Amino acid sequence: MRKGSMSGWGEFVVETLVRVAGFSAIGFVLLIFLFLLREGVPAFFEVVPGNLFGTRWYPTFDLFGTLPLVLGSLLITITAIVIALPLGVATAVFVREVAPNWAREILKPMIEVLAGIPSVVLGFFGMTLVAPFVRQVFGAPTGLTAFTGALILAYMALPTLISVAEDALDAVPRSYRDAALAMGATQWQTIWRVVVPAARSGIVTAVLLGMGRAIGETMAVMMVTGNAARMPLTLDSLFRPIRTMTATIAAEMGEVAQGSTHYHALFGIGIILFVLTFVINLTAASALFQKRRRGGLR
Amino acid sequence: MLTEIANPKIRIEHVSYAYDGEMVLRDVTLDVPANAVTAFFGPAGGGKTTLLRLINRLNDLVDGTQMTGRISLDGQDVYALGVNIPQLRRRVGMVFALPLPLPGTIRENVLYGPRLAGERDRSRLEEIVVRSLRQAALWDEVRDRLDGPASALSGGQQQRLCIARSLALEPEVLLLDEPTSGLDPISTGKVEESLLELKQHYTIIIVPHSVQQAARVADHAAFILMGDLIEYQPGKKIFTTPRDKRTEDYVTGRFG
Repeated sequence: MRKGSMSGWGEFVVETLVRVAGFSAIGFVLLIFLFLLREGVPAFFEVVPGNLFGTRWYPTFDLFGTLPLVLGSLLITITAIVIALPLGVATAVFVREVAPNWAREILKPMIEVLAGIPSVVLGFFGMTLVAPFVRQVFGAPTGLTAFTGALILAYMALPTLISVAEDALDAVPRSYRDAALAMGATQWQTIWRVVVPAARSGIVTAVLLGMGRAIGETMAVMMVTGNAARMPLTLDSLFRPIRTMTATIAAEMGEVAQGSTHYHALFGIGIILFVLTFVINLTAASALFQKRRRGGLR
Repeated sequence: MLTEIANPKIRIEHVSYAYDGEMVLRDVTLDVPANAVTAFFGPAGGGKTTLLRLINRLNDLVDGTQMTGRISLDGQDVYALGVNIPQLRRRVGMVFALPLPLPGTIRENVLYGPRLAGERDRSRLEEIVVRSLRQAALWDEVRDRLDGPASALSGGQQQRLCIARSLALEPEVLLLDEPTSGLDPISTGKVEESLLELKQHYTIIIVPHSVQQAARVADHAAFILMGDLIEYQPGKKIFTTPRDKRTEDYVTGRFG
């Protein structure tokens, strides 16, 4: 009897702890979001929309045009994904479908180690090696360009992209491969015409997660993109300096007067960034959800 | 025991197969005659499916296996060096236990194999669709919705679509691995009926999902138990006058 009440107590304590831990996780996220709103929303009142969504970001002259920053972030993120997608999918296919077992055992942990490289190290690598390379090969006036940033970001998005794409390939049932092989498909035909298409929704998720990682990246991007807040509208913009939302916040937050319009504008950029990543993650989640509802591909 | 037939389509000689050191098949020898339905039957896990998959080399990609013996198609060793494996698999079609339409329309499913093989001629492809679906006894049910999704078909129709998909490659041999295990009796009947048609043109090996089915469709039947070929007789005698005690026990339902 006594023992029963003891375990009843233990049960209650553990349950409460778990519950508190769970709700506090949600609570902290909400608090961060509220703080972001409190500091950022005033920007949308203090700065007239024509200025806030204008093309010039010169806080010293009260010009808070966020458009070049948003476009800068989008340009390098999308370029990074265009570079990372074929590389990542090809690597995932190699690791999962082609490589012999021993090679897979070596490659998988190595890919995971890639994800652990601090971004400042990659930024350093980008400044000293990739930037001179871009300047020489593409004849850009400086090596610190959007393209340099995109290359580094692609590299950073790769581990996530590869791991998730590989899981998606792994989830394609063997019966699909058997069916294709039994119809006289070669190994390559089986992979490209049956297995990869069957894993398509998983690969889309992988791309979106990689994108989410890329758009929020700050340090490496700040080090290699040149940080000039110009509109990337011309064709050669890719090989000119650019400035992202994240780099702007990181670079200017330290020297801004708290409570000033500039200060609120930086948080405003934070809100825009938050909304963008939220939309990307939501799309990724719904792609996953749809796949699950369709029961995958059996 | 009958193991030798004049001019067999497929000859299996002393085939043993191990998976991770465990014997799945032990010294199996039998001949499969052309233009007939041959059934491999016996309790589950006895190696029947493995034997089927060895014929079209579908087990090649499975790791940790070891095979000895010889399997020949029209007298040619299918495991000889330099055999074109995709080519072999186009000659030896296979239908699996679970109907598995690939993503896409009915027409695309039927044409998967021919397209992989490089067939591009439109009228030729159209002809293949009609012929394959007719042979699989599915044409009348799907002729108006060839461009509809294959996944919308019923289970029985999907399985006949899979048969049509194999037939589209005009194979010489058709391997059927429990093709009706997931189907209702009416669909099963339709598949079995189509087999009687098909054996005029093809050599068929079936792993039936019951002794009854084996007795209904088989011209010849082999009883496989725990990796051993126990008995192989031409015609349906194995079901009425089995020579081996173990076959008799299984056929009469005393175990299995």
